[in-house]
Amino acid sequence: MRRDQTILAVITLGLLAYGFYQAIYVAPTEQTMGDIQRIFYYHVPSAWTAGVMFFVNFAASLVYLVRLSPGIAKVSGMIGNIVATICVIATLLLRDPLYTWTVKFWLVFSIAVLYFLFWRLAKHTSQGRADAWAVSAAEVGVVFCTIVLITGPLWAKPVWGIWWTWDVRLTTTLVCWMIYVSYLMMRKFSDSSQTATLAAALAVFGFLDVPIVYMSIRWWRTQHPAPVFASQGGGIDPAMEHAVMMNWLAFLCLAGLLAWMRYTLDRRRQHLDYLHTMEALSVSDPARRPTELKGIR
Amino acid sequence: MSASTNSSGAILRANLAKDLRLEWRSKDALNAMGFFALLVVVIFALSFDPTAEESRRIAGGIFWVAFLFAAVVALNQTWAREMRNQVLDAYRVSPASASALFLGKVLGNFLFVGAIEAVVAPLFMVFYNLRPLGPAWQLIVVFLLGTWALVANGTFFAALSLRTRNREVMLPLLLFPISVPALLSMVEATTTILAGDGSAGMWMKMLAGYDVIFTVAGLLLFELVMNAE
Repeated sequence: MRRDQTILAVITLGLLAYGFYQAIYVAPTEQTMGDIQRIFYYHVPSAWTAGVMFFVNFAASLVYLVRLSPGIAKVSGMIGNIVATICVIATLLLRDPLYTWTVKFWLVFSIAVLYFLFWRLAKHTSQGRADAWAVSAAEVGVVFCTIVLITGPLWAKPVWGIWWTWDVRLTTTLVCWMIYVSYLMMRKFSDSSQTATLAAALAVFGFLDVPIVYMSIRWWRTQHPAPVFASQGGGIDPAMEHAVMMNWLAFLCLAGLLAWMRYTLDRRRQHLDYLHTMEALSVSDPARRPTELKGIR
Repeated sequence: MSASTNSSGAILRANLAKDLRLEWRSKDALNAMGFFALLVVVIFALSFDPTAEESRRIAGGIFWVAFLFAAVVALNQTWAREMRNQVLDAYRVSPASASALFLGKVLGNFLFVGAIEAVVAPLFMVFYNLRPLGPAWQLIVVFLLGTWALVANGTFFAALSLRTRNREVMLPLLLFPISVPALLSMVEATTTILAGDGSAGMWMKMLAGYDVIFTVAGLLLFELVMNAE
């Protein structure tokens, strides 16, 4: 393990321990559900972490495609401009009293920052790196999504009396999980030397599909408890919120660490592939055989 | 060569005409798909009681599942004929636009699947003793939109899975998860119309939106997929 990864690992372990303490000992026991509710401190942060990872996968795939073809770069730049403009206008037009001018400002600001970051990334990230991030994020995302799908039923059985129901959030998470598992399978079974390109195209399709899945299933049926954050009235105890946020931070660090290690591994694999190719090309000329190569990281 | 034969429209027409002519002479896809859809419908009819009043509720689902499977049978073969004699390689080095080839293929498959649906759907109505209680013309709209959704994505993913070791299995693995919202919309719209309760308008809009989004994404990304060796 690289030294910076070791440092992150230590921080992650500390955060996980603190998050565990907060979730199990500090957070108050829920009134009706009792201790069963504590699974929530693992379920919800895992779901958010999986979401972040899938978003990273999408962004990395998009960076890959933008780097690959000038045509895609042009079209996606155009679409990006339109989407960003629509986001900004929609934010400014929001009527909900929840969105004060300060909130609106921060929303617009974060859209602009994300947009800027993406194009900077697209400019400075090589294709190899973008692809390594895409596959690492997808794998870690699937792991966290699996945790969500396992902890959910564990909670639902005592509380709802059933393991599973075809509710919008459950079904969307399941379909999301299926999409990314199929993405990973495609990568695994690919016989092509350009797996990365095919995978990036699939990742864009998959990510586009998620909101459509969500909407279609929301029209279909809904049973999941409404989100308890950012909703007016009700809401949750500050100690509970603290435990969730701490665990989310810890899980994000863990996911980041795992993805980072997986990324390093994939970069080494790419490097090895490259060495094999170069060696095969230079069999006739030992002088040109590569001895070392830069830029693995 | 004159400019008109090089335009995207001309290439699209040429591709479509070639696919239609090939299919007309061999009838491979049509035979396989038609018989397969018929088998699935009959097997479902044997598994569930088709005469029960319940059947109206599940008929939409059975019909579309049958066609999802049947379309996969045909779509798996759709690019195979382009692989023979390196046709796809020749296409890659030619200046012809990739999206014209994609659109031509999608249109061809749309016509094949649509033709089989036109034959099997009435048979299905007879087997399950169905009669649409809602507006029947909406069924046609749902069929057109739903078939396009299956075929546009299916053609794209068939090209994508062409480069995998087990491509026959890979296509459904990629296509089914992505098609979940489309399948849900088709089934719900069809069931609503057959049962005649409520309006299927919302599902049809959903389906139309899905078609537009994924057709555009397919057109944009197909060139990359085609050029990936």
